[in-house]
Amino acid sequence: IFSKASSSLEDVGESSSETDEDEQPVRHQEGSTDLSAEYWGIQKLAKYVKGGDPTATVIALCSMRDFNLSEETCQLAIKDTGCLEVLINLLDTEEIKCQTGSLKILKEISQNILIRHAIADFGGLEIMVKILDSPDTNLKCLAAETIANVARFKRARKTVRQHGGIKRVVFTIIRKQHDIKVSLGSSYQAKESETARCAALALWSCSKSTKNKKAIRKAGGIPLLARWLKCSHTNILIPIVGTLQECASEPSYRLAIRTEGMIENLVKNLSSEHEELQMHCASAIFKCAEDEEIRDLVRKHEGLQPLSVLLDNSENKQLLAAVTGAIWKCAISRENVLKFQEYKTIETLVTLLTDQPEEVLINVIGALGECCQEEENRGTIRRCGGIAPIVKLLSATNQALLVNVNKAVGGCAMEPENMSIIDSLDGVRLLWSLLKNPNPDVQASAAWALCPCVENAKNSGEMVRSFVGGLELIVNLLKSKDKEVLTSVCAAIANIAKDQENLAVMTDHGVVPLLSKLANTNNNKLRRHLAEAIAHCCMWGNNRVAFGETKAVAPLARYLKAKDPLVHRATALALYQLSEDPNNCVIMHENGVVKLLLAMVGSTDDTLQEAAAGCIANIRRLALATEKAKYG
Amino acid sequence: ALTRSAKHFTKSEVECLVKLFDTLVAKASSQFAGAGFDRTVFRDTLYNAFGMTDDVVLDRVFSTFDRDNSGCITVVEWVEGLAVLLRGTLEEKMKYCFAVYDLNGDGYISKEEMFQMLKHSLLIQPADEEPDEGVKDLVEIALKKMASTYLFIPFLLQDYDRDGKLSFTDFEKAVRDENLLLEAFGPCLPDIK
Repeated sequence: IFSKASSSLEDVGESSSETDEDEQPVRHQEGSTDLSAEYWGIQKLAKYVKGGDPTATVIALCSMRDFNLSEETCQLAIKDTGCLEVLINLLDTEEIKCQTGSLKILKEISQNILIRHAIADFGGLEIMVKILDSPDTNLKCLAAETIANVARFKRARKTVRQHGGIKRVVFTIIRKQHDIKVSLGSSYQAKESETARCAALALWSCSKSTKNKKAIRKAGGIPLLARWLKCSHTNILIPIVGTLQECASEPSYRLAIRTEGMIENLVKNLSSEHEELQMHCASAIFKCAEDEEIRDLVRKHEGLQPLSVLLDNSENKQLLAAVTGAIWKCAISRENVLKFQEYKTIETLVTLLTDQPEEVLINVIGALGECCQEEENRGTIRRCGGIAPIVKLLSATNQALLVNVNKAVGGCAMEPENMSIIDSLDGVRLLWSLLKNPNPDVQASAAWALCPCVENAKNSGEMVRSFVGGLELIVNLLKSKDKEVLTSVCAAIANIAKDQENLAVMTDHGVVPLLSKLANTNNNKLRRHLAEAIAHCCMWGNNRVAFGETKAVAPLARYLKAKDPLVHRATALALYQLSEDPNNCVIMHENGVVKLLLAMVGSTDDTLQEAAAGCIANIRRLALATEKAKYG
Repeated sequence: ALTRSAKHFTKSEVECLVKLFDTLVAKASSQFAGAGFDRTVFRDTLYNAFGMTDDVVLDRVFSTFDRDNSGCITVVEWVEGLAVLLRGTLEEKMKYCFAVYDLNGDGYISKEEMFQMLKHSLLIQPADEEPDEGVKDLVEIALKKMASTYLFIPFLLQDYDRDGKLSFTDFEKAVRDENLLLEAFGPCLPDIK
């Protein structure tokens, strides 16, 4: 059982392996209608299971295991002869030997998707949950392992939960609370470990459903996971970490992971010899590193270096995807980026830009994008020849990949030397055409990336003009319903408008009324970039007047009441520009702008200071002139 | 001395068992003049204590307890026998069960013996079959499952069909491989419940 490292945390709760099985499976009919030899053999044995006393039943059940139960013909024979139902009925008896014999078979054949759906249909899960209460350890373990197999589809997981299965599985591991570090010498310890292993497998399987994650937590599962995480048996660790990784999409689990010291163990097991365990640990870190405190903990427990080292193992793609994912999310924190620089992680990541499956690429690019927050890395990427492959990926179709690529391109573009390479490879045109992508996340990330491109490109104005229909396209995006798209497009327009010709063209395309329409918003991020855009768009022709006429001024005045200093600065700039027109001054005055701006004249932010002062001066001048006109 | 030979019990447990033994002897007929009790008392005791009902099995259990074949269970035989029944290791239990199933004590469990033990195990007989056919088939199935050691030696593969029987080695191997087969031919150990 494994789940692919999820590249975007938007699919909260259900992991990708869920969706496969939920429809009723269809059986592929074989060509021949002859019943297999296995069918007859099993049917013969089924006779004794159905009609025999416990002694005969046990003999028959033991013989049945001589068939190759991992082969589909046998598995289906058991179902077709009606033996499956009998096996499940046996579970409901009090005969421990019969229950054991039956479960040994069910455990094997439930690997088959048709069989597990049938087991659920026949009410097998409810009975197996009851068996978890049995004092017979062996029986409990078998039940737990079989539940783990059957619970691979949603309905089964729900059934388990509804019949108190989650609680019982958790209690199975709770019952004996002994020190796990005691050596495995005694058979008692071996039994302990085996119970924990089977229960952990059941937990892992069940944890794929959101409600089950909650149920596990409510049943007190988290401290148990923390305790067993400290053990050293790989076959227990894998399902435990698997469960944690599944549940790490829930904030309550992430909190527990932080506070119960689990990061330390996760980091430690990154250095395990077992690749599967390494992968699950990396996946867990990937999921958790959404939280800043966890990113810090990973660094504090020296987890960044083993992650970096694991990049060298590029054969195992699942592992690589998990590791690159973990690195990506950890790189959101600047201190971690600095560490990665020490370990030369960026150089290694650049080598992974080619010949990798998508799930790896998405994370690699994501990581590089985050690393660009440090200036040095932008240069490193260039020196390693990373710019070209990144730009090439702008032609990809995978939307999650594109979002990350855009961010990476934007990050690199902050460096003028990089910018000329990007430009020469037609990168800006590719970015621009991504504005047409139906996915708003792709559009927004493309627009954000365009900001540094426009700012740093040589002959930026000309370049932008060379994109046929480009300005019309971006202005029209102001009609989008998506906040992030609007914000990013405003930011881009603010940059583009620094070129007079382009501003003229945008004005022709109706940028002024479109911007004004957006003014009534409470979203500070949007307000800030909108005000910046307005400020820059004022510098052409009649735009100042037009903004006044399209009622942008009054809403802008309200922005000054926000608590965000970046909003103040952008608004002051806009108001200053708008105040060159007398009508606007009147509106500003009516809206109490003067008082608000006065407070900002004393700001430590020079730009804000000047803009505020300039604006007030304009308003004052008009007032004086009006006075003079009135009284001669 | 008894505590030492019945090493699974503590001293006080042995004392309890001895007391029980004395009670049973007192209840029994005076045939053996207080040295022990006979088959009938033994069977009743086991029925009351462990719910064992099968006559064939109970007879055999008596025989395994009664090591000197005196027809009477002495206190030593009593305590040591119970030691295996209640607290025996897997090895001890395997030897015990095999001895129980080996009805004629010749060191092998033969097809006929298996038939004897299993003949009442088929509760539902298919209408179109001879009643014994089902049991015979079951015996074949059991033999095939447990005498698989014969498969090592090709020429014996034909042999076992003709005089198929289980040696202790076969039985032991089968049980080690699959613990459920310990009481393959009928319950002869007390239930955990």
